[in-house]
Amino acid sequence: MSLTVTGLRVHYRTLRGDVKALDGVTFSVADGEIMGLAGESGSGKSTLGKSLIRLDGRMRHVGGTVELDGVTLPIGDDAAMNAHRFREVSLVPQYAMSALNPTRRIGRMVSELLASRGAGPETAELERRLELVGLSRDVLDRYPGELSGGMRQRVVMVISTLLDPSLLIADEVTSALDVSTQRAVARTLREFRDRGLVKSMIVVTHDIALVHQIADTITVMYAGRLAEKAPAEALVTAPRHPYTRMLISSLPEAGVRHEDRRLAGIPGAPPSLLDPPAGCRFRDRCPLAFARCAEQPPFAEVAPGHHVACWKAE
Amino acid sequence: MTTTPAVTEETPVPAVRREALHFALRNGKLVAGLVVVVVFLAAAVVGPMTISYGPNDYVGPAMAAPSGEYWFGTTMFGQDVFAQFVYGLRSTFLVGVLGGGLAALIGMAVGFTAGYRGGLVDEVLNMITNIVLVLPALVVLLVANAYLGVRSIGVQALFIGLTSWPWAARAIRAQTFSLRSRDFVDLARLSGVRTPRIIVREIAPNMSSYLFMTFILLFGGAVLVAASLDFIGLGPTQGVSLGLMLNNAARWSALQLGMWWWFVPPGAGITAVVGALYVMNVGLDEVFNPKLREM
Amino acid sequence: MLRLDDVSKVYRAGAFGGRELRAVSGVSFDVNAGEVVSLIGESGSGKSTLGRMILRLTPVSSGAITFDGTDIRALRSPKAYYRQVQGVFQDPFSCYNPVFKADRVFAMIKDEYFPRVAAAEWRERVEGALRGVRLDPGQVLGRYPHQLSGGQLQRMLIARAVLLDIRLLVADEIISMLDASTRIDVLNLLADLRAGGLGILFVTHDLSLGTYVSDRTVVLRHGSVVETGPTDLVFANPLHPYTRSLLAAVPRLHARWDEEEADPGETPCPYHGSPEGARTRPGLAEAEPGHFAACSGCAEGAGAPRKLAKEKA
Repeated sequence: MSLTVTGLRVHYRTLRGDVKALDGVTFSVADGEIMGLAGESGSGKSTLGKSLIRLDGRMRHVGGTVELDGVTLPIGDDAAMNAHRFREVSLVPQYAMSALNPTRRIGRMVSELLASRGAGPETAELERRLELVGLSRDVLDRYPGELSGGMRQRVVMVISTLLDPSLLIADEVTSALDVSTQRAVARTLREFRDRGLVKSMIVVTHDIALVHQIADTITVMYAGRLAEKAPAEALVTAPRHPYTRMLISSLPEAGVRHEDRRLAGIPGAPPSLLDPPAGCRFRDRCPLAFARCAEQPPFAEVAPGHHVACWKAE
Repeated sequence: MTTTPAVTEETPVPAVRREALHFALRNGKLVAGLVVVVVFLAAAVVGPMTISYGPNDYVGPAMAAPSGEYWFGTTMFGQDVFAQFVYGLRSTFLVGVLGGGLAALIGMAVGFTAGYRGGLVDEVLNMITNIVLVLPALVVLLVANAYLGVRSIGVQALFIGLTSWPWAARAIRAQTFSLRSRDFVDLARLSGVRTPRIIVREIAPNMSSYLFMTFILLFGGAVLVAASLDFIGLGPTQGVSLGLMLNNAARWSALQLGMWWWFVPPGAGITAVVGALYVMNVGLDEVFNPKLREM
Repeated sequence: MLRLDDVSKVYRAGAFGGRELRAVSGVSFDVNAGEVVSLIGESGSGKSTLGRMILRLTPVSSGAITFDGTDIRALRSPKAYYRQVQGVFQDPFSCYNPVFKADRVFAMIKDEYFPRVAAAEWRERVEGALRGVRLDPGQVLGRYPHQLSGGQLQRMLIARAVLLDIRLLVADEIISMLDASTRIDVLNLLADLRAGGLGILFVTHDLSLGTYVSDRTVVLRHGSVVETGPTDLVFANPLHPYTRSLLAAVPRLHARWDEEEADPGETPCPYHGSPEGARTRPGLAEAEPGHFAACSGCAEGAGAPRKLAKEKA
């Protein structure tokens, strides 16, 4: 087991009280697995991605554990986490532009980063990896502003995986890119895993169609909890949670025309996480809801590798 | 679309205002600065009403040290230093409000127009701003004061206002520039709203905290410049001000005669008011800028 | 109704405006009443610039945009034009002034266009428009933008446009910031408005969203049209290699990228491979009725578009 998250709870502090962005999340990611983490805004997927590497100032670790390769990560302790960042867990952020210092040449940034982690510069290895993502070595002599969005994203991917971390978190890495660049970046992510540069990967995204292209398993979050986790193919073709089902049937596929087939959205809105209701949080929008939904359904395994948090999913 | 989930949805605007107030009341710098300014303002407003004679009247014994009757003592000629001090505070606040206010008005007019219009208008206004900015303002004031003569505090405030606006204009221009390209400005244009209205109703409210801080800095600046002018003898020929008191004290060798009560109150008053304003400004910055907040 | 004729936009960049940046070059198409035209392109294709030019937010460098036969540059006041043509933009949150309540966008219209309508009647109209976009007036009126969701805000902006009894709506990437489950509602809403006779220019980077609602498609690349035609034709039979690559890059739920790798390789250039007689528009050849495509950048076409531009000038 590469990554095991048990009962993780992370809250946001606000003046109106704690927002329960992650409310008891339990799952695991196996060695060599690419897990897609999908959900709408406010579902807690970004919070989960960040929790595994760095809590920002307003986030508070309330409960639960994160274990990576048998070692418990001190996620609530920013200083103690430093020893694990880049070496064991690494992150590719959404906006590569803001991750790179615009006044430094890429090469200098890389050697500074390596030095700060106590690793010597390995130019040959670096060049090999740049080549792997389709960049030539002279990007090292350029400034971030001289690169296109897709190139920058790939540079950041190379930098964040230089120390062969066990787990890579890719946070919405493709959402700021054009469709054609998206595809290249998505492929590179798979390549990293296939070559063993990273053991496992969590790809955070709002785009199920895209993550389905690269992930082995997909986890869907709703209102701070996990709704469903399943092999990518199964989740897309045979979803069991009503939320996943409605979400997938609301996606217009290329070629579907309004006249031929009018798709429907999901009426209603997710509950506020300041004071979330007891029981299943999708209850108010769910067509299948019944009395028992007032009780929180467990995240149970209904088929091999297929977990669902719904009473009606057996 | 997937940024920190709760953050955007949990900070509605009334809450933003309440939040600002919440932090304002807990910000020591802001509260301390405000208390000092308010105490002096109260002295300037109420003080003169409690005194039956004018600040320059010869009412008591000459060179008397502070006593129960004359709290701050008297001058070499028997004028009441306390009376001069409270009247002087009055004119200090007046110069600050008028001079700082005028500079803020010009700065806003120039900054908003240049920033919103852009293009040629911006280039011309920018050129004028830069010219006024590089003029050694104090020298110009000296020359103007010396030749034209300054009789009243109003005229002095006018001179100060006309020379101290450029940095404010530049700052406001930069802010306007970044707000101008926001979608809600486009939407107002699509609603047929005219430019001046867009500036006043859409852009200015978004930088109100910024404008407020600009005014505070201009206010403090005007007080300082006025005091400097008064001290070197280019102050208003009528009335009394803290700077004029310092000037008189220096002229009649108060320091050498050991009459500390003549120059300490005005000097301390100017330092306290201007210092408190700047401290307030730092505090305000912390209140409005979440990054500087100490949680 | 709306017609673009050889529209170009040149930005001056660099010191003293020495360098020229062609954001849009020689684009022509039209939008009729009751028709959705989707304008598809990636970032830098000039699609948003086109939308802004149609809304008179950015001046046109050359060519003409006409609305009901009148050049929009010649209009005396933009106010009358905005009564008929409105826009909705990508980011619903930035369209609202964060300092004020969200329903101020309606008050702004009342002040400018209907100052004499009684408050009660206006409120009725606003509520009607809100119900028209399937919002509950009680839920959205009197709230601040942050208290509402992106989908609600975006629908309020559409309601705002509808209040002016507009005839053309420029929808610039209006659903790309919305969550999947509310996206489809906004798309369906556009389809309903079209049924009521509204012409819509639907600007997007997403081919699948474009095909869902539109009657005709215009594909833009680097500021010029590479392919245009009825949506079903463009989608079923994409002629230009760029359109094909866009289609292939769209992630799909029921097909993996790896499975459709076999690309037929070289295809004839849709422009230079076509018979001379089919080249009925400048730079575009008509392959099927109404379905046009530009040169794929083949050897024969190298330098040709430039020559064409010169001939016209």
